[in-house]
Formats: sequence, structure tokens, C-alpha cells
Amino acid sequence: MTQTSTRLPGSHQRHDRVRRYSARDRIVISVIVGLSSLAMIAFVWGPAIASVVLSFFRWNGVGGLHLSACVASGAVPGGANGCVYGVQNYVNAATNYPPFWVAVRNNALWLLVFMLFATPLGMFFALVIDGGVKLGRFYQSALFLPVMLSLALIGIIWQFMYSSNYGLINSVLGRTSNANLIDWLGNPKINFWAIMVEASWRQAGYVMVLYLAGLKSVNPALKEAAAIDGANGWKTFWHVTFPTMRPINIVVLVVTVIETLRAFDLVYITNFGNNGLELLSVLVTNNIVGEIKRIGFGSALGVVLLLISLIPITLFLWQMFAPKKQED
Amino acid sequence: MPTVDLADPMRPVSTGDSGRRPTVQGARNRRRRRPLAIAAEIFMLGAAIAWLLPVLFTLYVALRPKQDTDQTGYLSIAQHLTLSNFADAWRQSDIIHYFWNSVMITVPAVLIALFLSAFVAFFITRKSSKLNLFLLMMFTAGNLLPQQVVITPLFRLYLAIPLPGFLSSSGTMYNSIFGLIVINAVFQGGFCVFVLSNYMRTVPMEMYEAARVDGASFWTRFWTLTIPNIKPALAALATLLTTWIYNDFFWAIALVSSGDRLPITSALNSLKGEFVSNQNQIAAVALLAAVPTLVIFVLLQKQFVSGLTLGSTKG
Repeated sequence: MTQTSTRLPGSHQRHDRVRRYSARDRIVISVIVGLSSLAMIAFVWGPAIASVVLSFFRWNGVGGLHLSACVASGAVPGGANGCVYGVQNYVNAATNYPPFWVAVRNNALWLLVFMLFATPLGMFFALVIDGGVKLGRFYQSALFLPVMLSLALIGIIWQFMYSSNYGLINSVLGRTSNANLIDWLGNPKINFWAIMVEASWRQAGYVMVLYLAGLKSVNPALKEAAAIDGANGWKTFWHVTFPTMRPINIVVLVVTVIETLRAFDLVYITNFGNNGLELLSVLVTNNIVGEIKRIGFGSALGVVLLLISLIPITLFLWQMFAPKKQED
Repeated sequence: MPTVDLADPMRPVSTGDSGRRPTVQGARNRRRRRPLAIAAEIFMLGAAIAWLLPVLFTLYVALRPKQDTDQTGYLSIAQHLTLSNFADAWRQSDIIHYFWNSVMITVPAVLIALFLSAFVAFFITRKSSKLNLFLLMMFTAGNLLPQQVVITPLFRLYLAIPLPGFLSSSGTMYNSIFGLIVINAVFQGGFCVFVLSNYMRTVPMEMYEAARVDGASFWTRFWTLTIPNIKPALAALATLLTTWIYNDFFWAIALVSSGDRLPITSALNSLKGEFVSNQNQIAAVALLAAVPTLVIFVLLQKQFVSGLTLGSTKG
């Protein structure tokens, strides 16, 4: 099962292999591999790096960029647009833009809920199903259903649960009259938590499937040996099953963090990410879909997102590509 | 080497008790475990019902005529059940048009992503070199970036790239179906390169040695030797990618400005606004939009799950 991705059987034959590419082979390879790499650089990595550069400019997207420092608008024509702004975009975000810290807090809470609730819940589902239950297949499909649905659709489906006048929850609670209704999605004190229920509804099923695959690779003899040694279920899990699932644990950790940073659709379909549902991803997007385009400022917010996302990405690459100490 | 059984990734957990391995200890513990087993069964049943409830309630709303729910509320025994909400939603909105846009984006994007990523993965796995490892990491990591990290410069780039009229009536990558195909294919292609390169390492090398002696070209070894061997992985990825690209909400929200070019998932917001006074029809629209993914859920769940776990289970 452990095979390093950097080594191949027969790689000592490198000299033969290089020689064996004919001129036609080389053309086909350059065109297809070159085109794919170029597309990846042009549309993903290029923009990621460009956002770092643009974050030091002040630009509304009209006219070009120039390398002179920004001056008060009016003093020089175009002096306050397309100009070098230094770190002022970051300073403005941190000190002069109230949604920023709300979004940072919401993203942090989102991660916390996923780490402490949704992900362990999904893992627990997987353990119970793997341990053997009568309707295992049914439970698995039911819990997995939300993973198939788009997040935008999940947002709409849950409005039938949460709507203050006709939603299922308020109907059951008898709180649908205007005098006593609970505005689950509108009240900024509670709407974030309502959304976290929706997000966890999907995340738990996702994590469950990943762990079910991981549990399959745990050698059953290990668990039996632990049981014969008198270990109880919890001890077997904590000392035997969990450590042997280390690769899947790291993947799930990466998925959890990345899904947190990507969170967008649910809040956007609910209320465009306002009024208690601010997220960094929404703030970035608002600068290009709105009437006023603030390319520099939006890029600065994107860079914040980029820097955080490099942590799970590095972790994933390290897990997948670092040479393993031993092979079996 | 992928540890997932492609034929049936969920096999060992599928059939309850028969999946449990018999142990000596098992017989002795059975009496003690019974209450725990019952608790587990009840817990899972409760969770499964809770998980299905939002979807089932939406279906219930969609099947009831508006007059009924206006009179008795949504939490009531249905007097009539009808499909007319679905029929009306289908007729009165542009839902067919949005569906067609989704097809126009999803099908080419999946095919392009699979073809290019299979070729790149084949090239990368032929020999180990620093360049190939770099390429592999670039493709893998690109897919992990949150979309919003790249969107601001990408938006400017899309505005700046001109397209001929037959590819885009807007004249640029921005606001064009073609632009959406490209970004979806590139973004998901990164994931496919990673999965397929892992999978290709399981194809026996001896096969290629024989072909090499016969003087087969790189293309022949890719197309006629490798592709047939990786069909299970391609099928799994095709299912996964179709679902993901169909479900994508963000790219079209950010890169398309005309409502008539939106795919169905991104059009849900405007459809919701269109029927704002008729919740029963919104429920019907939502479920119609879910039909393609529900079909995959019912028919191709195994493929979907193995695609998902192929990307995650590699020691």
C-alpha cells in the first residue's frame, strides 16, 4: 500500500527511455503536456501570484497600472487609480473595513465547528457502520446523499426547514406568527449557527465516506489481536485503528480546512453573505461582482485566503510526495 | 497503490452482520454487546432519518398544490398530491435553457479534463525526474486552492482575452460558456492528474517493455495500452467530475454576467427570485435541478465514491 510516488520500477533504464522518444513523440508530448501546463499556469497559478502583485496596487480596473505611488485624487489626473498603494489595502482591510474581522471570525468558527463536530461525527458514523449494523448500506446512502447535492441546492432545501413563516422547524415549535417567530436565517445572532448545521449536514457524510475507505485498509487481524488482549472498543480504536489510519486522517484534516476556506455557496444563496454570514471568500467576490470594482483591495483579501490555504496544501503535498522511510 | 476496491468500494460494510468477522472473543462478548448494538442501530436510524428529512420535506412541499398549503400550512396532512408544480416550473421558467447551458459546460469540460489529465499523468509516470515531480505537484496543488484566491486576477484576465464570435457572443472569455468550460476543465484536471498518476503506477511495466521492443510510439502506448487499463479509474473520475462541475456555483457567478448563459446551479438564485411568492414551485425547481445528481446517486454511487476515495487513499 505504501509506494513512493517519486520512484518507479525500472527507472534505472532512464537512458533507453529518453532515447526512445521519436521526433513525432516529442511533438505530441510538447503540445499536450505543454498546453495543459500552460493552462494550469495561466488560469490558476498565474492569477494566484498576480493577486499578490495586484494587492499592492489601488485599481478599479479602468485604465492601466503604473508604477508611481498613489496621490490624492484630483491632484494628478488618474493619480489615485492604477497606482502603487503599498500595504495600504491590507491596512484598510484590517482597520477600516468592519466586515473583514467578522469574516475572519466566521471562517475560524466554521473551522472549529468542522473540527470539533462535523468531522468527528462523520468519523463516528463510519466506525459504527464499519463495526457492523443491520441496515449499514441504507445508513450509508442516507448520510451520503447531501454530498451529491450542490451546496447552492442545499441552501435552498434548508430554507424549507428554517423559513420563519412556513419552515418545518418553526411549524413544529408553533412559532410561525409574526409575533413570536424565530428568524433562523435572518437574525445575525443565530443565522451563522443555522448555516453551520447545513454545512455539517454535508461535511459529516463526506468525512464518513473517506473514513469508510480508510477503515477498509486497516488489517482486521490487528483489531482482533487487540480484542484478544482484552482491549475495549475505545482502546482498540484509539491505540490501533486511529494510528493506522494516519494517511486518511491527514487527508480528512486537509479536506476539512480546504472546505472551510472554500465555503461560499451556502451563505451566498442564503443572503449573499451579509448580516452575520460574512466570509473571506464572499468579501473577495464582492469586489468583482458589485458595481464598484476594487481589484487591488479584492486581491489583498484573496492573498489572506491564499496564505491560509498554503498551510493545508503544504501538508497534503508533504503527506503525498515526501519520500517514505520504509516500503512494504 | 490505491487501496480502494474499484469494483465495490463499500463492500465490507454493506451487509450488516455478515460483514462482521467472527472471533473467539465475539461469541463471549455477544451477550454484553447486545445493548450496545441496539443503541448503535437506533442512533444510526435516527441519524439517517434526520439526514433525509430536509430533502423529503422539500419533496412534500413540491408535491402539494399551493391552495392546500395556503389554507392549512406546510405542516399538515396533504389533501391532494400533484405534479403540477413541477410541470409549471418547467414551463414557466427558463429552466430548460439553464439545463442546456449546464450540459454545454459539463460535457466538454469533463471530456477535456479527462483526456488531458490522462496524457499528462502518463507522461509524468514514465520516468521520475525533478521536472515531473514538479509538474505533478503543480497540478495537484492547483486543484486545492480555494477558487476565490484566483478569482480577482482571473476576472481581469477573462475580460482581457478576446474570443472569436463563434466561441463567445460577448467577444471575450468573460461572460462566455467557453470560458466556463476552460476554468472547470483546468481546475478539475489538476485533481485528475494526481489520481490517474497514482493509478497508472499499478499498470504492470512489463507490458510497456514488450511494446517498446515492437517500436510502439508514445501515443500508441498511451492510447491503446494505457487507456484500456485505466478504464475503471476513468469511469470513477468521469462520474465525480460530472457531479462536481454540474454542481459548481461559483465560477459562473463570478465569470458570467448575462443571466441567459448561467448553468442551472448558478441560476438557482434567480429562479428562486422568479417564484418568490410560490414556495411550492421553488421546491419543485430545486428538486428538478437535483435530478441529474440524484440519478448519479442512485445508479452510479459506487463510481462516485471510488472516485472520491481514489484521491484520498494513498499511503
